[in-house]
Amino acid sequence: MFRKFAKEDVHSRSNVKSSVQRSLKSKLVSQYPKLEDVIDELIPKKSQVELIKCEDKIQLYSVDGEILFFQKFAELIPTLKLVHKFPDAYPTVQVDRGAIKFVLSGANIMCPGLTSPGASLPEAPGYEKDSVVVINAENKESALAIGKLMMSTEEIKSINKGHGVEMIHHLSDPLWHFNLD
Amino acid sequence: MLREVVYCGVCSFPPEYCEFSGKLKRCKIWLQENHAELFEKLYSGEDAEVEGVTGKLAESSIGEKREEKLEKDLLKMQAKEENREQRELAKKLSSKIIIKREARTKRKSVVAISGLEVFEIDMKKLAKTFASKFATGCSVSKNAEKKEEIVIQGDVMGEVENYLHSILAEKGLKDVKVEVVDGAAKKKKKPEGA
Repeated sequence: MFRKFAKEDVHSRSNVKSSVQRSLKSKLVSQYPKLEDVIDELIPKKSQVELIKCEDKIQLYSVDGEILFFQKFAELIPTLKLVHKFPDAYPTVQVDRGAIKFVLSGANIMCPGLTSPGASLPEAPGYEKDSVVVINAENKESALAIGKLMMSTEEIKSINKGHGVEMIHHLSDPLWHFNLD
Repeated sequence: MLREVVYCGVCSFPPEYCEFSGKLKRCKIWLQENHAELFEKLYSGEDAEVEGVTGKLAESSIGEKREEKLEKDLLKMQAKEENREQRELAKKLSSKIIIKREARTKRKSVVAISGLEVFEIDMKKLAKTFASKFATGCSVSKNAEKKEEIVIQGDVMGEVENYLHSILAEKGLKDVKVEVVDGAAKKKKKPEGA
């Protein structure tokens, strides 16, 4: 999604009204219930939330100058900065060490990288197809990417071939380096 | 409640991913200087003499052969990255900035600055700074060679030169040449018959 992304792709920036900000917060919490305890820390009442509309109908939301989540369609997707701050709230899968290199250069994640001994997938029933997952790596604490499941986790286990997760956002991609000023 | 995350000042990753950034050497130095305790945690498993990147992490599960290959690839990437950086630096050092003054009508002149694009300077922003600094019109436009240049209205060549030098010094590029071309030869400084 952010393979190519630069300042030119920003169409408009505008501050978000506090009422909209409130509904945004409740939407985040309803999507990721575990965020409830920390939501006031992530988006303090007094903070200025900014909406940045970009090419391809991507919308970024920044809180006090830091992009914390974005949205393409209805769903809000956290950026890695946000994930790193509070990693426990999101559905997570883990890839093995061999895959890190490819993930960091923006590849989709192949099923074998998710099923090998170093990787881990959630127990059944797992996650549905098309859900957004945070991608962690073996022996690492922080997440390295965010993707969207191209098949359900159970299918990944049984088929074990081909693309498993579609890349949305990873470390070192243009969004990661994107600077608001 | 929230976790504070340290990001590497060199490659911007969380430090545990530095080994994949291709800048590991500089990352390590940075981490040691700024977050010694993290450095200890991440790299203490390695012997000081051994250059092995993945000493501690060797117990990973992907098998020795793949681990070896990965290590090799990482080293290769690192070398590549270093080469690229060197090339870029050389390019930066060999290119120069040209400040040119052109005459317009009578005593008016414009100053054009070209050759900035190599140095990762935001031209639009710099133009804005110049405009407010010198209280003149200032814009970014394309010149004859289809390269972007900053055009400032008014004769501010000396000030621009000084300012550019200070910017470059900030970026650690002191040795970059700044060439000053005076297109408008100063004819009569003082009116005759003074």
